Amino acid sequence: MGVARYWREIPHRYNLIGKKCGVCGKVYFPPRSICPDCRRKSAGKMEDYKLKGSGTVESFSIIHVPPPEFEGKSPYAVALIKMDEGCYLTGQIVDCDLKDIHIGMRVEACFRRIQEDGKRGAIYYGYKFRKAE
Amino acid sequence: MADIVGYGAYVPRYRIKVDEIARIWGRDGKSVSSGLYVFEKSVPAMDEDTATISVESARKAVKQSKINPADIGAIYVGSESHPYAVKPTATIVAEAIEATPVLTAADYEFACKAGTAGMQNCIALVESKMIKYGMAIGTDVAQAAPGDALEYTAAAGGSAFIIGRDGIAEINETVSFTTDTPDFWRREGEPYPGHGERFTGEPAYFKHITNAAKMLMEKIGTKPSDYDFAVFHQPNGKFPLRVAKKLGFERKQIEDGLLCPIIGNTYSGSSLLGLSAVLDVAKPGHRIIVVSYGSGAGSDAFDITVKDKIEEVERIGVKKMIESKEYVDYGTYMKFRGEFK
Amino acid sequence: MREVAIIGIGMTQFGELWEKSFRDLVAEAGIKAISDAGIEGEKIDAMYIGGMSTGRFIGQEHVAPLAVEVAGLQDLHIPAVRVEAACASGGVAMHQAYIAVASGMYDFVVVGGAEKMTDVVGGEATNILASAADREWEAFFGATFPGLYALMAKYHMHKYGTTQEQLAMVAVKNHYNGSMNPKAQFKRKITVEDVLKSPMVAEPLHLLDCSPITDGASAVILAPLDKAKEYTDKIVKIKASALACDTLSLHGRKRFDSLPAAVHAGKKAYEMAEIKPEDVDLAEVHDCFTIAEIIAIEDLGFVEKGKGGKATEEGLTSLNGEIPVNTSGGLKSKGHPVGATGIAQINEIVLQLRGEAEQRQIKDAKIGLAHNVGGSGGTAVVHILEVV
Repeated sequence: MGVARYWREIPHRYNLIGKKCGVCGKVYFPPRSICPDCRRKSAGKMEDYKLKGSGTVESFSIIHVPPPEFEGKSPYAVALIKMDEGCYLTGQIVDCDLKDIHIGMRVEACFRRIQEDGKRGAIYYGYKFRKAE
Repeated sequence: MADIVGYGAYVPRYRIKVDEIARIWGRDGKSVSSGLYVFEKSVPAMDEDTATISVESARKAVKQSKINPADIGAIYVGSESHPYAVKPTATIVAEAIEATPVLTAADYEFACKAGTAGMQNCIALVESKMIKYGMAIGTDVAQAAPGDALEYTAAAGGSAFIIGRDGIAEINETVSFTTDTPDFWRREGEPYPGHGERFTGEPAYFKHITNAAKMLMEKIGTKPSDYDFAVFHQPNGKFPLRVAKKLGFERKQIEDGLLCPIIGNTYSGSSLLGLSAVLDVAKPGHRIIVVSYGSGAGSDAFDITVKDKIEEVERIGVKKMIESKEYVDYGTYMKFRGEFK
Repeated sequence: MREVAIIGIGMTQFGELWEKSFRDLVAEAGIKAISDAGIEGEKIDAMYIGGMSTGRFIGQEHVAPLAVEVAGLQDLHIPAVRVEAACASGGVAMHQAYIAVASGMYDFVVVGGAEKMTDVVGGEATNILASAADREWEAFFGATFPGLYALMAKYHMHKYGTTQEQLAMVAVKNHYNGSMNPKAQFKRKITVEDVLKSPMVAEPLHLLDCSPITDGASAVILAPLDKAKEYTDKIVKIKASALACDTLSLHGRKRFDSLPAAVHAGKKAYEMAEIKPEDVDLAEVHDCFTIAEIIAIEDLGFVEKGKGGKATEEGLTSLNGEIPVNTSGGLKSKGHPVGATGIAQINEIVLQLRGEAEQRQIKDAKIGLAHNVGGSGGTAVVHILEVV
């Protein structure tokens, strides 16, 4: 894949910049062009909105059979996280005993390597989550 | 001169004990530990590198200082383990703290003193009014060949400093002492550094640190007893103790900043992490001397006075962060380092 | 709209078919369906073929003309369309073909589905399947396809007390059914213990909670109901064909214990067929993972939300249960050549409604339902068939 595909997502993946509907005020992450509640009315009114980075584990799984990009990294935890702003996202949970992860656990975003385009290609960074202090 | 406006630090969560490494190579862990005065070292997780550690440190510094990151006019990341040979780490940091696009940024390499080199640059830019704030970061995920003596100490960690005005500590003076001394190196494309073994001691570490420290104290008319804290680069736990004694400092002056015994040598992160740990406990009026050392070789020395404002900021808690740890065995350490090809 | 019937069915053996290529599979399933219907090639008005990722599995896109070519229909220049909706490609192809016949545009339509999955090695199949998820916001961060269903499983277990054993019982039941299906990839009966002892893929899903990587193709022939009698006296009518979509990502949904698209497609289908869930005699549901079947039987209204695990444990969905589910062995035991799955489900329902399912025949089956899902629920198709 060309690097542009990853580069254009940098603000979202580095800093959790999502969108806030200018009509109803609902916050969305990943970013989206229109609000599914306000639809046409929200077109052109979706503003950048930075998530605080804290949330709660809604569900999780420990991945034992990874895709090629994550070979050598398993087992690792992937979670469905409800951000405090109300939106959900998918991310890894790191820096904790995998056995300690539970539904309802409070987490905060951290900055990690997500994957790399082989040994010669670019390195892609972004958010993962760790247990909140 | 300019002030330290904020600082941040990050040490990965994982540790490996010197005993565990010694076990693999058939050495006696106790004697290795006491020889180096290092008991365990930090280990980066598989997804941590100089960029991620720098970002974590930088974010803490921005949060502590409460400045607008867009006011940062320069970011320098000093490391000898930048994730790319060509492509800056500093731009990753700049983007991740939302300091882009109006700033200058660059990566520095001067073995273990690249972070303090960046700090001097930031001071100069602030002093010359070219920028309002500058950020200097020293971070490494140090490499060591399996089985090499360096393996017992090569660790990961970093620290970020925001330099500006009206801060928490004033940098009164800085001087540098530099010569061409090839005591430690890593050739382009090589995964592990090489070193001159005992040559890294007297003609390298000790000569440069003592000269820089003496120059600094001579220039501003201070003596070791004027300082509440002293931080010297920590390639192991022994060297900073010995150089302190040589210069006339007492053990209690260096203890707060001496992290190597519990996290190992974080290379470019070493002296700045030590300074962060000191700032965590320092009170207004306290005086600090910091002398870094980078192989190759050179030392940057700083004379710092803590200001009243330090009481207003939330300290980083470097020691507390270090205490939150998890041990790994040698196999996991190798997996984390990606040594299985 | 005209009423539409199925006049022919055909499918290949499902499994690791090392000696067979994609085109071999398409040809075989097509020929079987055409032979079953006893229809001449000249009569065929159009073809729809479901395939999820031929481009990545065999490096071949543009497979609709290929299907025409292997069927030997190139000189007739019949129109053919490839349909992609991840694992629901077959079901969606069926839906499109249904619309085409019902509208009066075409009379006789071949609907096929095929996937040749074993020509890639290593983790490549995992990677290709992950493209059914949201590449930018799920797969990029390390979520695998089993991982997404594992998130649903964990959620369901937490919310309703569904157990690992209950998940395993879905696999046990489907392997039992599959042991009687000569076309199934796995004809081996398994136990709950086998499932729980199998390697972990994505906690809480073990290897035996997951459908396999499979080669295979399937096909059916559609015709207007009034013309169906010319070809068969065992007419199976399509009472409903309903398609619904949702967000591509799991995290974009309003709930995680259900596939809202499947609920929606199910409701639409019941309305269209003018029946209730309890009128259904048997169902083929999309059990790509054991949790998917539990969620499916809830979403389709066979049991209350949250009771799917318990119902499975109590045998509600077994061959002699109130509502037998996945009599073919399901995706789990029959195999899951993704693009072919939706059409293979239709094959099983037709066999059952015709009374040709041999050992696994459900007595007096009149109405059958097929539930085919794409991705983690971004697409859902429900068909209801009835023997006339």
